[in-house]
Amino acid sequence: MAFPEETNTVPAVEMQDIVLRFPGVLANDHVNFTLYPGEIHALLGENGAGKSTLMNVLAGLYKPQSGEIRIYGKKVSFNSPRDAIANGIGMVHQHFMLVENQTVTENVIIGLDTPRFALNLKKYDQEISNLAEQFGIHIDPTAKIWQLSVGEQQRVEILKILYRGANILIMDEPTAVLAPQEADELIETLKGMAAQGKSIAFISHKLTEVKKVADKLTVLRRGRVTAERVDLKDFTRESLASLMVGREVIFNLHKCEQTAGPEVLRLEDVCALNNKNLPALRNVDLTLHEGEILGIAGVAGNGQSELVEVITGLRPCTGRIWLEGKDIANKPPSFSINQGLAHIPEDRIGVGTAPNLSLTSNIIMKRYDQQPISQKWQLNYMAADNLANGLKLEYDIQAPDVHTQARKLSGGNLQKLILARELSNTPRLVVAMQPTRGLDVGAIESVQQLLLEQRAQGCAILLVSEDLDELLSLSDRIAVMYEGRVVGVVCSQDFDITQIGLMMTGTHPQDLPGKGQSEEFPAQSADSSFDEVLEGLRHYEEAAQTEPPKETEISSESEGPLEEPPQLEPPTQPDEPLLNLSEKERVLRKVLGEKYKQGDEE
Amino acid sequence: MKIPYPVLIKRTEDTPKWLPVVTSVGAVLLAFIISGIVLAATGADPFKIYSYLYKASFGSWGAFSDVIVKATPLLLIGLGCSLAFRMRLWNIGAEGQFFVGAFMASAVVMVPLVNLETTPTWAIISLMAVLGMVGGALYAFIPGILKAKLNINEIITTLMLNYIAVLWNNYWIFGNWSEAGFQMTKTFPKVAWLPRLADYAKQVPAFSGMTLHVGILFGLIAAVIVYLIIYRSKWGYKITLIGDNPRAARYAGINIAANTILVFMVSGALAGLAGMTEVSGVVHRLQERISTSYGFSGVIVAWLAKLHPFAVIVVSILFGALLVASREIQPSGISFLIQGITLFLVISSDVLLKYEIKWVRPAQETAQ
Repeated sequence: MAFPEETNTVPAVEMQDIVLRFPGVLANDHVNFTLYPGEIHALLGENGAGKSTLMNVLAGLYKPQSGEIRIYGKKVSFNSPRDAIANGIGMVHQHFMLVENQTVTENVIIGLDTPRFALNLKKYDQEISNLAEQFGIHIDPTAKIWQLSVGEQQRVEILKILYRGANILIMDEPTAVLAPQEADELIETLKGMAAQGKSIAFISHKLTEVKKVADKLTVLRRGRVTAERVDLKDFTRESLASLMVGREVIFNLHKCEQTAGPEVLRLEDVCALNNKNLPALRNVDLTLHEGEILGIAGVAGNGQSELVEVITGLRPCTGRIWLEGKDIANKPPSFSINQGLAHIPEDRIGVGTAPNLSLTSNIIMKRYDQQPISQKWQLNYMAADNLANGLKLEYDIQAPDVHTQARKLSGGNLQKLILARELSNTPRLVVAMQPTRGLDVGAIESVQQLLLEQRAQGCAILLVSEDLDELLSLSDRIAVMYEGRVVGVVCSQDFDITQIGLMMTGTHPQDLPGKGQSEEFPAQSADSSFDEVLEGLRHYEEAAQTEPPKETEISSESEGPLEEPPQLEPPTQPDEPLLNLSEKERVLRKVLGEKYKQGDEE
Repeated sequence: MKIPYPVLIKRTEDTPKWLPVVTSVGAVLLAFIISGIVLAATGADPFKIYSYLYKASFGSWGAFSDVIVKATPLLLIGLGCSLAFRMRLWNIGAEGQFFVGAFMASAVVMVPLVNLETTPTWAIISLMAVLGMVGGALYAFIPGILKAKLNINEIITTLMLNYIAVLWNNYWIFGNWSEAGFQMTKTFPKVAWLPRLADYAKQVPAFSGMTLHVGILFGLIAAVIVYLIIYRSKWGYKITLIGDNPRAARYAGINIAANTILVFMVSGALAGLAGMTEVSGVVHRLQERISTSYGFSGVIVAWLAKLHPFAVIVVSILFGALLVASREIQPSGISFLIQGITLFLVISSDVLLKYEIKWVRPAQETAQ
């Protein structure tokens, strides 16, 4: 696989035919990965594509079922991260592992064999500051971790690895936690380190970032490599996006044609914070109608889970959420449940069920307070068992009996149990988060069929999924989220996987290729380039006062009927006009910058 | 990390119904064996000691009545702990709630809150019982609201509040309520005593000297009520659901904060009632040592009974027997030794219910 000019160098890392199977999931399916000294190699792919898994194998955290790893030509087998470190491999995880109350130096030398007893901190401070200087990392070795910003803490993690003599660095989505300026700084540091001969594997799902930092690129999709060691310059963002999201078998779903009814759910200017108290939803406006499935597309972590939690009352927010004329924002979950809201949570085991309780207890979770199960203060377990038995038959839940503990069910049956509970109560609105993730093919189909049945019965469905194929085949409209905003809403007749894929990386509908100029679009969506998010934020808040961009349409050339979507082959040749456009876009940003935005403000 | 022993611990899929009984009984037997070894090591004959222990607690009706008297507070406290533990609320403040309950009940007599000359016995006893429960409940309200609103660890708060309760009682019995400088109140008038079997010795001569009082009835009624709460009521369903998966309970629309406070208060009320039965039924005065750490033994009782209210009855009687027997043998710490080892083993034996332990060959281990 090596490129001609590299044949005479020994690759720093060579991973061949790596297969790693988790129960029920093939996380890495004969994956190859090669990394040369002095190179930054990006691993691109959606969440769950197997990028992190592959790198965890390299870092010694997982042991592959088959496959070979060679480090500088030497075959290795890692039993623990310690072995990997001994071979010069270090990984910076997304979640830092630092001791808050200790200094940078103390954190760097923690767990090492030297010093054995007495610690001359000054000496080590000096050593670490020399090391930092060598790689152009700015940090005060005597600072305590809690005093540092996230970006600085990341530098400590990098220093930790460098201090242990790593030549191969694995960065797991390093920019996910950083502000744009910090990200730029990090990229500079990484480039400097590569120039000094370090090899860097850079995991990301952000196209722009990858274009900035990497020399080579490997794309993973559902555990398989879809592009191996390709040169970035050969690819446009469009072709990368389609390599990332790809296209797979679509089930033969019978989706009846129907027009959407009156409005069921309306979100007005909803903002919310995530668990780290950072903005997760920014001025979200959405509407959802009777008999309609609104798909929410987006790379994980762009505000989808917060959106679901806000609607279901599990997370406080600002703004208004109307469910059939009642404001359900910041109301307890029981309020919206009584208003007919059903929620199929992302985390089936952690949120959706009580694992040690029986099927019956799980079925009645939301209606223990309704007749006939509720009888004054008592709970009628007979009636509850009857209900559970009926639903077990109707939804074909495979279990010995209704007294079986929920944790003994398989993933698919657990999901059927949740669906049975949520859908049998004649909901008005179903909020489904990743309803088919991790299920086998048969279960996926029955779950999707159930959702379509609800749609036919006039229920409004909000479907959050990272599986674009699923969204495309089920949704009537798709809203694309990026960094907590709705980038655009696309109607089913305008679905185009490449363009949705691009929107998922933050490209605005008006910036999409194959479009006329942006005057076709209302000025409401200001430029939110990934590079200038923070600056853009202010403009956004003003811009979002206007109508939600639900009517934003994307005309596209390559359209087919929904059942037969266009087969998108990854282009082997760079598409000339598209390349020009992204070039143009880049230049526009750089040159016009402020002006471009001011125009939008009016 | 390399595991030094090739052991595979796997979650058991199916637990047979008989297994919990076998492990519990096995743990108790093992506890007696280990205690026996310890006793033998000190030069005693364990068999002789065990048979003496049995005779001292179950050897006669009089002894058995003493056992029930000791079991009464354990039963009430064990029930309260069972309820809280079902929701995974670690209320280990039963000792404190017990003392506050005892204090409130004593206040009826000591203040006095009612005219002790004219008020009938049933009214005084009822008032003492109610106030005892209110005292325990209010005292448990403190850790409850701290847990519900600020998510403060209830283990710490309940534990610390125990000391405060004991010192609060001391303040009164050393000060205002002290009888002639002794660290105790005056003996309560007979109207404030829970009826005892000995009171009917005139009618039934066999009852003479039997200290068994009405408190055990409170305990049995409470056991039935707690059983109904846990296994029959909607509230019990909510408690079980929150206990198993609080996130799922929140998702299902259950108010966790309110239930946390409520469960704490019911748990505290039962401990408070235990305090009332002790001052009104046994000691007949408020004094420093009204509890032989019932509050902590109650925690053990609840665990040994696997949080089942009816099993709590059986276990508390066994524990009452140990307490009675400990008066008869020297050193009296032996019964605590057995208690401690039993708890340790019973809790450890839970692992056998949830996990299978298998030896594996290294080749299999790597596949993990």
